[in-house]
Amino acid sequence: MIRSDVLKTLIPMISDQLVVSNIGLPSQELHLLDDQPTNFYMLGTMGLSSSIGLGLALAQKAKVIAIDGDGSVLTNFGTLPTIANNPADNFILLIIDNGSYGSTGDQPTYAGMKTSLAKVAEACGCDNVVECSAEDTAAAVQAALDGDKMTIIVCKCESGNIKVPVIDMDAPVIRHRFMAEVSRRNA
Amino acid sequence: MSINQKIVSDFIKNKIEFVTTVPCKQLAGVIDEIEASKEIFHIPSNKEDEGMGLCAGAYMGGKRSAIIMQNTAIGVTINTLVTLIQYYNIPLPMLISYRGEIGEPVACQVEMAVHTKALLNQLNIPTYHFHKQSDADELDAILNHSFMAKKPVAILTDASFWQGA
Repeated sequence: MIRSDVLKTLIPMISDQLVVSNIGLPSQELHLLDDQPTNFYMLGTMGLSSSIGLGLALAQKAKVIAIDGDGSVLTNFGTLPTIANNPADNFILLIIDNGSYGSTGDQPTYAGMKTSLAKVAEACGCDNVVECSAEDTAAAVQAALDGDKMTIIVCKCESGNIKVPVIDMDAPVIRHRFMAEVSRRNA
Repeated sequence: MSINQKIVSDFIKNKIEFVTTVPCKQLAGVIDEIEASKEIFHIPSNKEDEGMGLCAGAYMGGKRSAIIMQNTAIGVTINTLVTLIQYYNIPLPMLISYRGEIGEPVACQVEMAVHTKALLNQLNIPTYHFHKQSDADELDAILNHSFMAKKPVAILTDASFWQGA
């Protein structure tokens, strides 16, 4: 399974949740599969999906799923100690780890070599770290949603991309409709 | 009221509830004051771009946020300022220690100081330079301006400003 296959299996459980989606293909794939006002698409700024997701989770009550990639976590490694030391039990970080920089042409990342992101997250102090196969990811996300503990899920999947159009929605429109939904859920 | 208490009280007056910091010697007192504040959630970040991501998330979650950092961080955060904070119209007051100005003991700090205002100017970020303690009288209005305009603003605080803090 490649990332878009994994996303497809997640739609039934994340469609109505607040989702912060990583720059590039992950956002474009999610937008194509299931565009929702509850989705915050990052159009730029590699690496900050987990940080935006944590800030959002700490600021309000609704559950937040940040979809990140192995390359993006590698570029913002400082996020993991911050997450570990400021736990938000409404926060789920889903790292789709395909061992490559998918949006830029599948160049290999170190996460596909000797570096284990799950072990790094644990070493940083994150308490609930789950590493799973692509096939088991939907069940892991559902379990995290059902629980009330901050969870880091590292989904090991294959590298590869489908053809998807870019998102032509304006950034302030994405933010505005997302914030309206966040506000509605906290009313 | 000390200058650090005045800054934090203006933050609170402007309903800032979420502050991230990356330390600087000049900012030690105000960071302590933020940490001690009951009204503000303080979340130290490891790098300033990470901090801006946290602030963007908190703002979307309904909490006004701000970042406290050194001017060297302008070099770290240009991409984040442009593609996240400005592109999505997110307000972000940045209280910045302006290292490398008159009174600076570390020569290397001057290297970033000479670029600081030029970079902020190039980024079209409204920039205010606090040189005397009385300059902080305008802080309340500057914070209000950032949230009104939904833009980042830079408040540069130099060594003279922090003298006696």
